[in-house]
This record gives sequence, C-alpha cells and structure tokens, in this order.
Amino acid sequence: MDYMTIDSLTVPIEGEKNILSVIRKAGIDLPTFCYHSELSIYGACRMCVVEDDKGRIFASCSEQPRPGMVIQTNTKKIQQYRKLIIELLLSTHCRDCTVCTKNGMCDLQSLAYRVGVHAVRFLNNRKEKPLDMSSPSIVRDPNKCILCGDCVRTCSEIQGVGALDFAFRGSKMEVTPAFGKTLAETDCVGCGQCRSVCPTAAISIRTNVTEVWDAIADPKVRVVAQIAPAVRVAVGDRFGLPKGENSMGKLVSALRVMGFDAVYDTNFGADLTVMEESKELAERLEKNEKLPLFTSCCPAWVKYCETKHPEFKENVSSCRSPQGMFSAVVKEYFKAKDQEEDKTTYVVSIMPCTAKKAEILRPDNHTNGVQDTDIVLTTVEMIRMIRQVGIKFEELDGEAPDMPFGMASGGAAIFGVTGGVTEAVLRHLSEKHVHSALSEIQYSGIRGTENFKEATVMLGDREVKIAVIHGLANAGRLLDRIKAGEVYYDFVEVMACRRGCILGGGQPLPMGPRTRAGRTEGIYRVDKQSQIRFTDDNPVLSQVYEEIICGKEHELLHRAN
Amino acid sequence: MLEQSYYDKTDEIIQSHGTEARYLIPIMQDIQNEYRYLPPELLIYVAKKLNITEAKAYSVATFYENFSFEKKGKYIIKVCDGTACHVRKSLPLLERLYQELGLSANQHTTDDMQFTVETVSCLGACGLAPVLTVNDKVHPSMTPDKVSELLEKLRGEDA
Amino acid sequence: MRIQSSEALDQAREKTLSRIKSDDVRILICAGTGCLAGGSAAIYERLCDLTRNDAGVNVEFGAEIAHRPEDHKQVGIKKSGCHGFCEMGPLVRIEPYNILYIKVKEEDCEEIYEKTILKGEPIERLLYESNGVKYQAQEDIPFYAKQTRLVLKNCGHIDAEHIDESIAFGGYQALKKALFEMTPEDVVNEILESNLRGRGGGGFQTGYKWKQVARQAEKTRYVVCNGDEGDPGAFMDRSVMEGDPHKMIEGMIIAGYAVGAQEGYIYVRAEYPLAISRLKLAIAQAEEAGLLGEHIMGSDYSFSLHINRGAGAFVCGEGSALTASIEGERGMPRTKPPRTVEQGLFGKPTVLNNVETYANVPMIITKGAAWYHTIGTEKSPGTKAFAVTGSINNTGLIEVPMGTMLQEIVYDIGGGIKNGKKFKAVQIGGPSGGCLMETHLDLPLDFDSLKKMGAMIGSGGLVIMDEDTCMVEVARFFMNFTQNESCGKCVPCREGTKRMLEILEDIVAGRGTMEQLDILKELGEAITDTALCGLGKSAALPVLSTLRLFRDEYEEHVLQKKCRTGTCQALRTYQIDPEKCKGCSKCARNCPVGAISGEIKSPFHIDTAKCIKCGACEGSCPFQAISAS
Repeated sequence: MDYMTIDSLTVPIEGEKNILSVIRKAGIDLPTFCYHSELSIYGACRMCVVEDDKGRIFASCSEQPRPGMVIQTNTKKIQQYRKLIIELLLSTHCRDCTVCTKNGMCDLQSLAYRVGVHAVRFLNNRKEKPLDMSSPSIVRDPNKCILCGDCVRTCSEIQGVGALDFAFRGSKMEVTPAFGKTLAETDCVGCGQCRSVCPTAAISIRTNVTEVWDAIADPKVRVVAQIAPAVRVAVGDRFGLPKGENSMGKLVSALRVMGFDAVYDTNFGADLTVMEESKELAERLEKNEKLPLFTSCCPAWVKYCETKHPEFKENVSSCRSPQGMFSAVVKEYFKAKDQEEDKTTYVVSIMPCTAKKAEILRPDNHTNGVQDTDIVLTTVEMIRMIRQVGIKFEELDGEAPDMPFGMASGGAAIFGVTGGVTEAVLRHLSEKHVHSALSEIQYSGIRGTENFKEATVMLGDREVKIAVIHGLANAGRLLDRIKAGEVYYDFVEVMACRRGCILGGGQPLPMGPRTRAGRTEGIYRVDKQSQIRFTDDNPVLSQVYEEIICGKEHELLHRAN
Repeated sequence: MLEQSYYDKTDEIIQSHGTEARYLIPIMQDIQNEYRYLPPELLIYVAKKLNITEAKAYSVATFYENFSFEKKGKYIIKVCDGTACHVRKSLPLLERLYQELGLSANQHTTDDMQFTVETVSCLGACGLAPVLTVNDKVHPSMTPDKVSELLEKLRGEDA
Repeated sequence: MRIQSSEALDQAREKTLSRIKSDDVRILICAGTGCLAGGSAAIYERLCDLTRNDAGVNVEFGAEIAHRPEDHKQVGIKKSGCHGFCEMGPLVRIEPYNILYIKVKEEDCEEIYEKTILKGEPIERLLYESNGVKYQAQEDIPFYAKQTRLVLKNCGHIDAEHIDESIAFGGYQALKKALFEMTPEDVVNEILESNLRGRGGGGFQTGYKWKQVARQAEKTRYVVCNGDEGDPGAFMDRSVMEGDPHKMIEGMIIAGYAVGAQEGYIYVRAEYPLAISRLKLAIAQAEEAGLLGEHIMGSDYSFSLHINRGAGAFVCGEGSALTASIEGERGMPRTKPPRTVEQGLFGKPTVLNNVETYANVPMIITKGAAWYHTIGTEKSPGTKAFAVTGSINNTGLIEVPMGTMLQEIVYDIGGGIKNGKKFKAVQIGGPSGGCLMETHLDLPLDFDSLKKMGAMIGSGGLVIMDEDTCMVEVARFFMNFTQNESCGKCVPCREGTKRMLEILEDIVAGRGTMEQLDILKELGEAITDTALCGLGKSAALPVLSTLRLFRDEYEEHVLQKKCRTGTCQALRTYQIDPEKCKGCSKCARNCPVGAISGEIKSPFHIDTAKCIKCGACEGSCPFQAISAS
C-alpha cells in the first residue's frame, strides 16, 4: 500500500481522490466551506490549504494524494492564513450572531471561534440587501452569503434545477436568481437542499413555529399532528441520541407536553398511498396507458416534472402524497365532531421536508377548496419548539401515537428512504404475503444508494420494469432517455433528495456519512421491527376506507384536476 | 414586451451560431451589437433556446463587463484608464465628460439617450495616451478641452 | 489560388516577390491601432487619390497589374501593421528609398507624392530627429537600431491584409517543412530543444506542454491561442495580430500538427476590434489558399481555426478562465489538477499558448533550435517583445534579445525619460508584475532574473515612471485594477484585494496608519500564497514590491502626511501667492467649504484646516496665484 505523511502521521492512501479526504481520514478535521464530496470541486474558500515539505502552499481539496508526499496542515503560516480568510469573510458578513437562526450551528461562527478570530480589523461596509421571503419553503438572506457556491452547485448538479447562480463578479459577486427575481418567480422546487449545504444562514428554512404556538394557545382549535417516517430517525440528533435511533415515542410524548390535542403517524397516510398507487399502477398496466407511472409522494419532484418536463405531467400519479391523504382523511374524521364542539381541526404536519410547505398550498391538494394540511413544520423547527419548551427530550419515555391513525405497516415506514415507496407497493402487489416474498423484494435491486436503480418483477404474467431515482438531476437524465426511446419503464419512483427523505431539506445538520448511514439503517429497522410488514395487513386501513372515506377516494386521496 | 422583430432577429443570430450552450457569449455579443444593449427579454429567450437556465445565462452575462441590460446612448464614449493613459492623466477627461453631460459613476447614459460614458481597461493605444473612443473610433492625445470640443462636434452632427 | 503542394507554396512566393520587386515605389502606411487613431487612414486615401489620378503612375493595392506602359512608374500602396514606434505616428515607410516619415499629416501627402514618390527625394522635416541628427533610414534610428526584430520582423513591412505578401516574406515555409519533412514528434522535439518559453507570463516550457498533450490517451485535442492581452500598458500581441497575423496562425497550425489537434481557437479581447477583423481576414485567406482547413498544402493534415471574442474580463487571460469563456461559461479559473494539457477546452487535452509564443514557432522550425539558442540567454533563449510606455521619450513596441539590460531599453531604445526627468522605477509585467528601481537598471531582463527580484516578465508591459510618480499611488492604481477584475471566486482575492485597495486609498488620502502598512503586507502575502489562480497569486505583487522598495514613501504618506511628488491630492497644501493675487474673490466663491477668505483687491488666504484639497480654487484663479505644495 502507498503512504503519505500528514503532520508526522503516516497515513495510507486508499483510493482517495484528494488530499483533504486523506487528512480527514487521519483524524484531522481540516475546515472547509466549499467542499462537499457529492459536489464538484470548487476550490474557492481556501480554508483547506496545506503546506508541503518544499514550502509549497496549495488547497488540499483539489490536489491528488501521491505516495511519499509530506504535508503539514497547521504550520504557523497556514494558521495565520486561515485566520485571515475567516476575518475577511467576517468583515463583510452580518455579525448579529445571537439573533441568527443558525446561531450555534453556523460553520462560519464555529470556525471563527476555532481558529481564534477575536477581532475584525476591517470596516464592515456591506450594503444591506433585502431578504427573499417569497418561497414558502426557504428564506434567502444575501447578507449572510459567503459565496462558497455550495447552493449553486447543489441546485444545478444534484437537482438539475438551477434556480440560483452567481451573478456579477469580484466583490460585487452575489448568488441570486436571474435578474434579481425572487425564488417564487423561478423554477425552485423548494427541496431545501441548498439550505442543507449552506454553511451560514444565507439560506434557511422558512419557519412557521409561531403559527403553531398560536393555534395551540387557541382553545377553539383542535391541533393534531402527523409525523412523517423520516422525522423519527433524525429528531434525536440534536439531543445526543445515537444517529438514526427511532425517537417516535419520545416525539409523541413531547408533542403531548406541548399541548397537541392528538398525535398521529403519517405512516398511516403512506399506507393509504400504497393502496391507491398500487391500484393506479394496476389500472394503467391493464390499459397500457400513461406509462411509466411516476410516484407523486415527493412534492419537489412533482413540481420539477411540471416545470421542466411538462410532457410527462400526465404520467405522474394522481395520488396525493401521504401527507395530503392523511390530512384530508383526518379533517373528514373530525368534521362532525368539530361542528358538535364548535372547534376547528388544525393539522400540523411534521416533515423532513421544506417542499411540503409548498405542497399544502397547491389547490389540487385541497378538498373542496379547503386547505387540508394547515402547517408544515420541519424536523428542525420541531427541535426548536422542543427546546423552547425546555423538554429534556432524551429523557422522555416513549408513548404511542393516537388511534385510529397511529397504526401503520413497516412498508409505510420505509417511504423515508429511496426505493421505499417502490418496495412497499411491490409488497402490496405480491401475491403471497410471506417472509420469503419480503426478502425477494428487498434484494430485487431497489435498495441502496446508487443514483439509479432498476428492477424487473412479475406481476401476474406481466413483466414490470421499475426504476428508482433520487436526485432530480438524475431524474432529468432518465426522463431524457425515456423520451428518446432509449429505455422503457412501467413504474418510476423519484425522490428529489439524495437517499430520500431522511436527508430532506428540513432535517437537522450535519448530514455527513455517519448520519446518512445511521438514518437509513434506522428506517429499515423501524420496518423490520414492525408487527405489520404489508400495507394491506393494516387492520385500521379497511376500517378507515369503510367508515371515513366511504367511496370518496377521488375527493380525499387524489389530486384534483 | 419587445416587438416580434426582436425575436426574429434573435432567431436569426442563434441560427448563425448554433444552439449549443457554448455559443451563448457570441450570441449575446451579436444581440448587443444589433441593439447596443442586451434586452433582458432576449437573454431569457436565448437561454430557453440554448436549453440553459435563466440564472445561468444571467450569471454569464453579468460576469462580463461588455454586456449591458440597459439601453446605451447613440454615442458610446469609452475613456481608457490603462496604465499609460492613467499616468498621462485620463481621469480629468472622465471628469470633464461627467461634468458636461451631467453623468456620474452611477449614471452612465444621458436622459436623452445620446451619450453613454464608460471607462475601459487598456485599449492598447498607449503611444497616444490618453485616449478615448467614440463608438470604437480612437481619439488620441486627449485633453479636457478637446473633450468639450468633441462633444460639441458630436452634438452638431446630430442637429 | 489554392496551394496544393509544397512546390505550389514556393511558386506563389516567387510570384508575389517578383511583383513586389517590379514596384518602382512601395509605400507602407502604418495601419495599426495607434496610427489609425492618428489619422493614417486618411493619409492612405489621400496618397491613393494622388497616385491614382496621375497618368504616369500605375497603382497597385495588392492586386496584380498585367500591363503597364514602359514609362509609367509602378507604385504599390499598402496598409501595414504596427511599426512599433507609436509615439511618432502616423508612420509612412517608402521603399526602395528606405525612408521612414514620422508624424505624417494628410496635408503632407502632396509633398510626399511630388518629392519622394516621383523623384525619390527625402523630405527633411518628416524625418526623425534626435540630438540634432536626422535619420532617413528606419534601421539607423536608435529606437530600431538596438532592437532584434524577429517576431515583429514583418510588422510594418508587409501588407497585413493580403496573405500573398506574408507568403512572399517567408510565411508558411515553416509549416511546409513541418508537414513534409518532419514527423509530429520531430516538431515537438525541435520546440523542446529550442527551450521556447511561454511569452504570456510564467515562462513555462512550450515544448513540454506540447509533449504532454501529444501523449494523452484522448485523441480529440485542441490548440488554443491566448490573445486576451489584458495587462494595461501591453500591446505586443495586438501588434502581431494586426501586423502579421499569419505568423501566429502558422505557429498554431504547426502546434496542431505536432500534438495531433484538428481544431484551434483564438481568444481575442473585445477591445481589439482591428486585430479581430485582421485575423478573420487572414483565416479566410489562408483557408482559400489551402493553408488552413482540409488537407493543408495537399498533405494529410487538416486543421481549422475559430475566433472567440472576449467580452470584457481581464481574468480570461488565465488559462482555465479562458477555456471556460470559450465554453460559454463565466470566466472563472478552476482548480488544478487536472491541468489544461490533460483536460482543457471542452475537457480535452489542450495546448494553450499566447500570441507571441506561437509567433516564435515558425522561425524555430525553419532555422532550428540550435540557431534559436544563439539569441537571448542560456535559459531564456530568443527575443521578447516589450510595450514601453509611461514617462519615456519613445513610447512604442520593441523587441530585444532576452537578457537585454533594463537600461538599454530605457535609455538607448526608449530615448530616456521624458522632459529630462529622473528615472524612478519601472513597472514590469502589468498588474501582476512588480516594480524595479534604479539599482536594477543593469538587471538582464529574462524570466529567471526577474523572478529572483520578485517581479515577472508577464506579458511584457514596461511602464516607465519618473521622479514625479508617486509609488503609493501607482500601487493603488494597480490594486484598483486587479480588485475590479477579480473574478470573485476565491476569498483571498475577492475580499483581500478589496481590503488592500481600501488601505491604499486611506494612505493616499492621508488617513493611513502604520498598523495598516503591516496589514497590507499580511494581506499581500496571504493572497500570494493562498489565491486560487495565477492572477490572484500575483495580484498583490505590485504592492508588495513597492512596499519593499519604496517603504520610505509609504511611511511619508502615513507619518508626515506628505506626498513628495505632489500626486496625492489630499496631501497637498494649497497656497495663494500674495504677489500674484489680485483679490478678485473668484477662488472664495468657488471653494465648496468656505475655506478662502479675504478682502476685495487685497490678497486672499486659505484656511488649511478647513481646506478639503479639492483643487477647485486652483482651477478657478485667473492669475495662476494658487498652487499646491
């Protein structure tokens, strides 16, 4: 094996693409702003500069490791440079840290502390720029932008959207939509992945915490919560719980402490989705029309398809997302009771996702013109509420969600990872509900982190071709190939966020390799530990179809035309 | 809204280059040559035709100093502020232009759309410093008084 | 006429040469950017009219004249490229008398026609004069006598708009040799042996670049020419593109042949419209002549050329920014590796050299690497073109062997400092270069000697500064330039240059502190070491070198609030000379802050505490009684 020397440590080179990765592997947390392993190398922040034995100084993110290299990461010179770079960034940065939403979680703030910047010697002559509050999903604060370009690259390279880009140059450079438009005027799908990579609060989650507290305080409002599959494996992150641990029980307890009137599980909505989408697939297969059928659980994907590839609009499932189905059914459930008690039911949806905030505003997600989900809170906002109340989350005892919408199958739980929807649908469509069917589906090729997965399964005597995609740029590439007739599929699952909802734009940071793996394992564990693995084995489901939905599937569970 | 003729012309320009993303800059240059500015509507139109995002097209257009989204005057005066011109006092030329035309570093074009005043990095006519150009014609060895004379002459041409 | 074999090239050459020889008089009017601005187009028109209207004269403008009566004089009138002696333009050269007229005006044409064209007599008053000596022949003029013009040999001597003239003067002979007598490896080796170093800045070995590209696995390769000569005060490449475009085109084709490329791109800055049109013309003519395009000279080799215009971004002179710009992107440099030779334009292996480098190639191929080593120094062979500007008598474009001493350029060729002032410093290599001072006058100018001094040859701009130049202000000027042209990608360059500029602005405005001088140095060193691209890394050099060489001047500005040259307006003290003041009160009325007072008809005075040093009073005084010290 080849080795290199890093600060007197001998470190093996094991196929790392850059020296930075080797340095981090050696246990030295070399800081960066613009480096993300899943994005192209940008090399702009210069935080990762190192010095070699010849006194040459270069950025380690863009240099290949070579055997025998001798690298110093913390010479006096480098320490000074790093400190000066932070000072320069701070010198034009908003420094209202104490009232910043990123306070305590900001990379710039923590690095300033780490490298020891105690004063800024330059006058802050930054001109105040207005905030972009136009998007229901995210807020853009150009005053906090350090121009690392992470959002720009994520939006175009990962999501293929390109709503944001750099404009102008030099010290006038900024990140902005074209012609200074607001995000609402762009093709932004609200996925919030830009926020996930933003080292500061230049892009943050549009928060709706106040509205929820107001609702809770109002005695005439019945505040009910639904909790999405991916929230339970992420909410514990901020409270020191192991990565990916299922904190559903603790979260239910916390919500009750806060004053929610009922706490339900979105997984129930996911079970409804499995039923409806399977039905739709069977119908389309039979008629052989509007194939492939695209999933519609992910609102960022739905918007992407509508704006970038409207020619495939009809192929997207007419099903509402689990969130949408759930809220419609809950409101229907409380309809009579609300009238009786002179109350209104207010559905708070706790989601890993920022795009969900936009989904609830779509008229085709409303029932008879009424918005079903009242507010979407992201996991991050939920954590903030728990903190506000002062709940010691990690010490809570777990409680079960309320019935009847507290019961769901394991198939519903895995909606939170890429391939999950497909797996749940396949389980439902498989003829024999036995353990061997489960593992057959599990190993059909739809699990895993590859950009593009495909599987072929037999449904009856028909061979059904399936593709599973995460990342909208990957979806765009697949659509182009489908359009060109290069490939054919019957069913395509698309999740906008890489690896699925567990890394959604509303999830707590950081989301490094450990978090990614932890949450994925966590989700599959929830499934494995479920008493019910197949959607149609959920006993509540038939009850709800019979007693609440009562033939109003089209009205409550599907998108209006 | 721009008249249809603008889009027709733009189609023609796009056709003369091709619809690959790499032709964005020459296409923008040709549009700007045609209209003396780059109408934002046309940039958006070109972006669509070249299958690149609006934000990207805007990003490229704003990077280069030559592109302007605002209409420019009939006479575009560029004062060279290269080293040689700077050393031989080019700034007083600019000041005189600003003064005579009521312009500033923030307003480049006169309200009557007759004159646009810009500075430009070295034109490479250092032997004749200080120089300025009017619609790309080089005027050598300028002085503030010669600037005034030049403006008078240009105004006369118009009348 | 299509040249389809090596013999055909020689035939074409002979044909044009005999035509040129048959001219009784050949007039070359400089049509470079400089002389055109001085009115050379009108001179051309006027001389054409004068000769055309005369029954005894046959005029030829590039075309061939089939028959002419025996007693008729045949006159060829050509628009040539830049002669380099821009200070003395417009220039007119008349052969075979070998006369160079300077500062020619349209009114002089009649006399030129009557005396020189028809009778061969020189006109004394249009000749260059120095120290009482009049020079008739161009090569005797000290400005030219000390030069070694190889790259610029044809500039000013041929009609840049007609390929046959280029061919007549030896154009495409090197290409012929390469295509028919050498393998691509031979060509690469010849360039390697010549040790030709890139004339665009870093002085990287050209042959090594070519060799690297030639050995890449990827077969689609590109040859790119950097004609984005953005350094203020540099116009060498422009002169080559305008004056002898075929020389660099030939160099590019040879490069293409050597590395196995089929396509080339020339990136020219938008500020050079004439260079662009001459190149376009040259490419079209070369294609028509079969010297560019499919099966060049009937060989198996094909190569095509495209021109990309810059759009106003200095940073595009950096290799990866330039290729990004051709690709239709923002011109932002990218991290390396991969290097341009591996993944350059469109992600393919790319040879990227500048105009002057390519223009060196044909002569190396024709005369060989050994000959090339006889010029210049051991490690920097060949010549270098410099644009000499600033406070110097002979502003212009020169070419000297590498290793020529600075003082030869300043005094022998440049004719010394303007208005008899004292030499103070020279800024070399533009905004990315550094300063040299009097003690460096005996420094040989080559890549390595300059690097040792913390300066660089850059593209070859030499801005001469005299005792009246404030070095702090010069540093501020360059920093203003780089700050404006920073692409904004990396933090040190984007934020650091801005802060350096602010500090320099403070210092020239009398607000500077000694602590700021330290910060200036700290910032400069950090930018030099950590910036992403070559331009960023050199952005602070002008400041660092002036700070090192002229620290006393900086300190004077800071501590004594004094600018010894009187350049920094805010540090001036305005005074009214009581002898000259007539007490008209005009100055007091013009003062925006009411700092001037006095009684009508007796001398006024300035309250220096109130004075904001705007200079309004100085300009308004009808009696020149107000001055700054």
